[in-house]
Amino acid sequence: MNSSKIQDDLSEIRSIMERSTKFLSLSPWSAIMAGIYALAGTAIAFPMIYSPGGQDNLNPGSPNTLLLAAIATIVLITAAITAIAVNHIKAKKAGHNLWNAPAKRAFINFSIPMAAGGIFSITLFIQGYFSLIAASTLIFYGLALVNAGNFTFADIRILGLWQLALGLLAAIFPFYGLLIWATGFGLLHLAYGGILYWKYDRKSGQP
Amino acid sequence: MKNYLQDLNKAFESRARLGIMSSLMVNDFMDFNALKELLELTDGNLAGHTRALELAGYLRVEKSFVGRKPNTRFSITPEGRVAFEQHLEALEKIIRNL
Repeated sequence: MNSSKIQDDLSEIRSIMERSTKFLSLSPWSAIMAGIYALAGTAIAFPMIYSPGGQDNLNPGSPNTLLLAAIATIVLITAAITAIAVNHIKAKKAGHNLWNAPAKRAFINFSIPMAAGGIFSITLFIQGYFSLIAASTLIFYGLALVNAGNFTFADIRILGLWQLALGLLAAIFPFYGLLIWATGFGLLHLAYGGILYWKYDRKSGQP
Repeated sequence: MKNYLQDLNKAFESRARLGIMSSLMVNDFMDFNALKELLELTDGNLAGHTRALELAGYLRVEKSFVGRKPNTRFSITPEGRVAFEQHLEALEKIIRNL
């Protein structure tokens, strides 16, 4: 046994311990595409909210309010479908099964705060607390990422902390809710998608 | 310099067995298929190594049925944990004393 063999063994052991517990095939494109959808949604919603008198038109059941809810739902659903698709493609290319134990663990830990946040945000909408919806989606999404961050790249945890901080800011300054929401779901997703790509995927060139 | 090579455990000499033990150290259970995929081994290869580790008393095998599919899963025994930790310590000591 020579020293380079032992070094190799030790680094292999470390790598296997990490790979068998963490979901490390997360595709940066899931974040980048989510960011693009969020910015597109913001572009449509912005004039509705920030035109003169726009925020006064946000009453329960008004057409503008329902349209905003529809945009938010479409952004969420397309982002979720895209995330599943690009991660599936990435896992397939690498010859792995996407739905393995670490992926399940990361998903379950992500889903619990997300489900609570979804129900809470819908409740805010039904009860007419529109000014707090941007804050609530950011806060619960941030908590979901912090929670899931223990089971995937550590960068996801940091992204979650940023989203959480922006959510609290949006609660304090509800007038700027949409802009802060666009910063979190749009710009931060683009930035972190870039970081994930740069750190983990650049060499392999996989999507 | 003390010769730490004698502290290395022969049962863990192959790359496959290091991999099996490493993943069982940090997971309560590993399925046969998950382990096969993680370590990029063939069925026969993995079965041989897990059998050897089972005979050494380092891992436990549980066979069950998920629906009608047979499912084999492995977990580490307390003896396996101790033995693998000692093996890791020996590897680290060798590296530090070079």
